[in-house]
Amino acid sequence: MDILSAARAQMAVSLGFHMVLAATGIAMPLLMLMAEGLWLRTGQPHYHDLARKWAKASGLLFALGAVSGTALSFELGLLWPRFMGFAGGIVGPAFALEGFAFFVEAIFLGLYLYGWDRLSPLAHWLAGIPVALSGLLSGILVCAVNAWMQAPVGFELDHSGRLTNIDPLATFRSPFWLPIAIHSSLSCYIAVAFAVAGVYAAGLLRGRRDAYHRSGLTIAMTVATTTALLQPVSGDFSGRAAARHQPVKLAAMEALFDTQAGAPLVIGGIPDAASGELRFGIEIPYGLSLLAAHDPHAVIQGLNDFPPDEWPNVLWTHLAFQVMVGCGFALIGLGLWFWWARWRRGVEHRWLLRALVAGAPLGFVALEAGWVVTEVGRQPWTIYGLMRTADAVTPVPDVPISLALFSALYLGLGVALVGLLLRLARQGPPGAGATAVPEKGVAHAP
Amino acid sequence: MPLEDLVAGAGLVGVILYGVLGGADFGGGVWDLFAGGPRRDEQRAAIAHAMGPVWEANHVWLIFVIVLLFTAFPPAFAALSIGLFGVFHFVLLGVSLRGAAFVFRGPHVAHGEAGHWGTVFGVASVITPVLLGMAIGAVSASSFRVRDGQVQVAGATPWLAPVSLAIGALALALCAYLAAVYLTVETRGELQEDFRRRALLAGTVVVGLAALTLPLLKLETPHLWRGLLSIRAAPVVVTGVAAALLSGWALLRRRFRPARAAAIVQVSLLLAGWGLAQYPYLIYPDVTIQDSAAPPATLRFVLYSLPIGLVILVPSLWLLLRVFKTRQA
Repeated sequence: MDILSAARAQMAVSLGFHMVLAATGIAMPLLMLMAEGLWLRTGQPHYHDLARKWAKASGLLFALGAVSGTALSFELGLLWPRFMGFAGGIVGPAFALEGFAFFVEAIFLGLYLYGWDRLSPLAHWLAGIPVALSGLLSGILVCAVNAWMQAPVGFELDHSGRLTNIDPLATFRSPFWLPIAIHSSLSCYIAVAFAVAGVYAAGLLRGRRDAYHRSGLTIAMTVATTTALLQPVSGDFSGRAAARHQPVKLAAMEALFDTQAGAPLVIGGIPDAASGELRFGIEIPYGLSLLAAHDPHAVIQGLNDFPPDEWPNVLWTHLAFQVMVGCGFALIGLGLWFWWARWRRGVEHRWLLRALVAGAPLGFVALEAGWVVTEVGRQPWTIYGLMRTADAVTPVPDVPISLALFSALYLGLGVALVGLLLRLARQGPPGAGATAVPEKGVAHAP
Repeated sequence: MPLEDLVAGAGLVGVILYGVLGGADFGGGVWDLFAGGPRRDEQRAAIAHAMGPVWEANHVWLIFVIVLLFTAFPPAFAALSIGLFGVFHFVLLGVSLRGAAFVFRGPHVAHGEAGHWGTVFGVASVITPVLLGMAIGAVSASSFRVRDGQVQVAGATPWLAPVSLAIGALALALCAYLAAVYLTVETRGELQEDFRRRALLAGTVVVGLAALTLPLLKLETPHLWRGLLSIRAAPVVVTGVAAALLSGWALLRRRFRPARAAAIVQVSLLLAGWGLAQYPYLIYPDVTIQDSAAPPATLRFVLYSLPIGLVILVPSLWLLLRVFKTRQA
């Protein structure tokens, strides 16, 4: 395996792993705050049980998120030293601000996870608010770095090709920042909330028809459905930004080879970059022009307008985009089905619960697929139009070894994490008495 | 004072805070691994209790240092990432396994129940500070060179030089010392005596390793040796040594709070002395603070954002420590 492929694979493994944990870091605090807030208002103990259970799961997830995030901050240099040497001074400020947000998150997370017995109920709930806000904020801030890599602004190049006249806040001026930050934040809530809903749907399916499981499902589905319904609006915003600033990526997402007016929207299909054809796709006339430019007759640039050595991998970009959109709409349907059922005859309907269990991983699939669209779709560039990925990569020949090491590490940690989370889920409410985990957390020193 | 020196100084403060806070968490893992005697499980419980709420916040200082490095000194970060490719990957492996194992083993800290994760936690806590110390040694020992932006590494493991190994061992001993001293303040009775004995043992090892490292520095890294003796660094180092002796004496007399304060000063000043001796080099002898600094606009951003960030962080950290580090009635 050559260095470049190995480095891209290691980045994909590390980012793909961290992304799942980062999403939980953004969304779980909101769910905990809702459950604990309901407990404070109603005094019903099953809300407290839910918040405790989610805090326990979050303790595992956040720790892994913190260490895999640390790994990424090093890997930016370990894998892409020329990128960081070139652009550190311009992407660094966004990371620095994210660092502050993450710091606040870590501090209040310590208070929240370990402070159940040390803080008053209200103070404890209040300690959760900075966790939820700074989690969201760090995601939004770090998206600015990616946005800048998609559409670099705020600098000049000097005669030796180095960045000069840098605007330290350049990353926040990239036209992609808002679209990416909104789309990515929503996708974190969608992924986590549907996954949590699946856990409680599974409990209900097994006959645990109690307030604990019903409320767990309802809280999760409230967040899940709200965010899932907002996502197409944000997706439209993102798509139009791509049409304006990265037309070659949009063409690859849609597998549009020839520039045309009134371009159709393609659903599914397998593109063949060599022959420039798309097979088995379903075309919706004028669909793409309508979506990308809000005008059915707008001209959309095709891949053939760009030199082939500036194309991303069309197959991957197109398929990942189809997977993302497919999962997204499936989840919207699932959310609407849930609330309709709740309104009409109650949610304890076997097929709905089965669908919720089946839908549990789809949000994470959509999240990962969306990042494949963004990142693979940016290739062959690390900084769009400015630095090719092949020029950013490390010269160190040992990357295949580090790739194997990190793949094994994350596989092992991932398997262990899933095992522990499943055990937590099966134990049911912490107050039920059947649980083997002591309530107080760690034993206390004398 | 030039802008880049101020930012480098902030980075050194970050290294020191990671040393005295994060370092003690590694030390906690060391004493978890070597817990023994009739109160073995109680020792482990005390360590877990002390670390639980704070270790993630302490860990953020490492991220702070890395982010500051690549923001303010991008070419230095790039060169370190190439020259220390191997050791950094092993550090990350250690950091990941330590953090994951600490939460995976759950509240069952007695090793029979904690299972393999308990062992992983201890072993990773021993290895990681050694590797971090070796990385510090490597940037001082010119174990790789940077010429015209190209990093030249001699051999596959340039960080395996004697000086690196000695500094790695010293780092481990200091982490173990800090943790044991902190734990004497957070425990009572026989458990407190257990940690006092451990602190005295680690302190003795620190003195021994320091005595071994100093002549090695003189032989292998004469520039660092001269730096340590310079008017810039020498007073800091001498005060650090005095603090070390003071903390040892306070431990002997069972004055645990002064011992903790002196130990913090000791480690802070040793790291500060290293930074001052190393000045103006980030990587000796090819990369200096000045010639690897980012453009002034970026440096100013970093410098001005620090006090704003601290206005939020300091009260938050104070609250965290107040809630968890003041003894319950």
